[in-house]
Amino acid sequence: MEKTDIVTGTIAAAMAAKLSNVEVIAAYPITPQTHCVETLAKYVANGELDAEFVKVESEHSAMATCIGASATGVRTFTATASQGLALMHEMLYIASGMRLPIVMLNTNRALSAPINIWCDQQDSITERDTGWIQIYAEDNQETLDSVIQAFKIAEDEDVLLPVMVNIDGFILTHTVEPVVIPDEEKVREYLGVYEPKHAYLDPDKPITQGPVGVPECYMETRKDLNDAIEGSKEVIKRVNEEYYKLFNRKYGNGLVEGYNLENADTVLVSMGSVCGTIKYVINKLKEKGKNIGLLRIRTYRPFPKEDVVEMLKDANNVAVLDKNISLGFNMGALGIDVSSVLKNKKVCNYIVGLGGRDITPQNIEEIINHVEGAKDGETKWINLRE
Amino acid sequence: MVTIAAIIYEPGSTTKNKTGSWRTFRPIMDNKKCIKCENCYIFCPEGTIYEDENGDFKINYDYCKGCLICVNECPVNALTSIREEK
Repeated sequence: MEKTDIVTGTIAAAMAAKLSNVEVIAAYPITPQTHCVETLAKYVANGELDAEFVKVESEHSAMATCIGASATGVRTFTATASQGLALMHEMLYIASGMRLPIVMLNTNRALSAPINIWCDQQDSITERDTGWIQIYAEDNQETLDSVIQAFKIAEDEDVLLPVMVNIDGFILTHTVEPVVIPDEEKVREYLGVYEPKHAYLDPDKPITQGPVGVPECYMETRKDLNDAIEGSKEVIKRVNEEYYKLFNRKYGNGLVEGYNLENADTVLVSMGSVCGTIKYVINKLKEKGKNIGLLRIRTYRPFPKEDVVEMLKDANNVAVLDKNISLGFNMGALGIDVSSVLKNKKVCNYIVGLGGRDITPQNIEEIINHVEGAKDGETKWINLRE
Repeated sequence: MVTIAAIIYEPGSTTKNKTGSWRTFRPIMDNKKCIKCENCYIFCPEGTIYEDENGDFKINYDYCKGCLICVNECPVNALTSIREEK
């Protein structure tokens, strides 16, 4: 039966993995993700979830185990953050290259040094080109829904790629919110059983996965991979609609979510939980007669180029908020991407909330005021102490 | 066309990859000098040296990469090498 529970983002993700009937979980604890795999370990120990929980000695091994498990043809899940994700780096390429539909929760946390356990999105942004689909959730409900959707997207025969669901560390991972937990049977019926036709372990039908890709075929496999992640845009949109029909919740068109874009001359673009703060500021300013829009990027990869162009066509001031910094370029990754797809439009970039620095409604208003008077291409660090 | 993730669905496909094309130096066996000590047969890392029906040792040039370990190991200089020009 569907019910509403009061849970953190990490527990919502664990519940979603359980609802999705995952068969193998391999994970190593790391703040702020730990509650997720701790909860899953408890489900397995209590007999509530019939899965293999593999305790490993590092995140590199966690991803290696997920790759091995998924390659045998079973539904696989893991969770990590920050240094853990960085340690997985080379394995991430192998997961996507082998076309294994692993789903991972990444709880966005800053990278060392200095050591910092708090939120920013540098960790997942750094893994931009690994061939993983990246979804950024805004709240705990979207976290649960995105993990379930992630399996549907990842296992689609036209996609067959791993999916990383990103949620802001502490802001979502350690904050409780009411979350609607869908009916278990309904989710299991929706996802079905993962029965891969391409990558599986069957001693009667031996196959070679992850072979040598000589110069005569490597480039074609990379093109194939790029076509698959580009093509996943349509699948993500379709899954968003299907999910809405079954569970009555949708997130924009699946790739992007527009908020108050009509007649908005100034539009903010961002990802993750800060969009909640931006919506709050937009509503407050609307009462005062000021119209500001928000374009929330839900999938950073594949990047919704077409939607960004279309939905920002009437905006004159575009402010992109980044919780990451491309060192040596003085811009965040989203700022660079949005600037590259918007021609002849003023785009300014705001570096915010690194390493858990608060992003307050006042900061958002400061950004709005700044972009309206700024020149194209300016980058400003917000809430920086003197 | 390349399969998804370059997965190989038929076992034994390695034999289709004729690695002899990588060769720069070609080992030549002189069966008159050969004392059949089997050193070349044992040391060949690719298993390309075999004994034919007459008990003579031969080299399978489809897969010999020309590492010349056999030439180095032969105690009676029955194996020599030439540079292969293409």
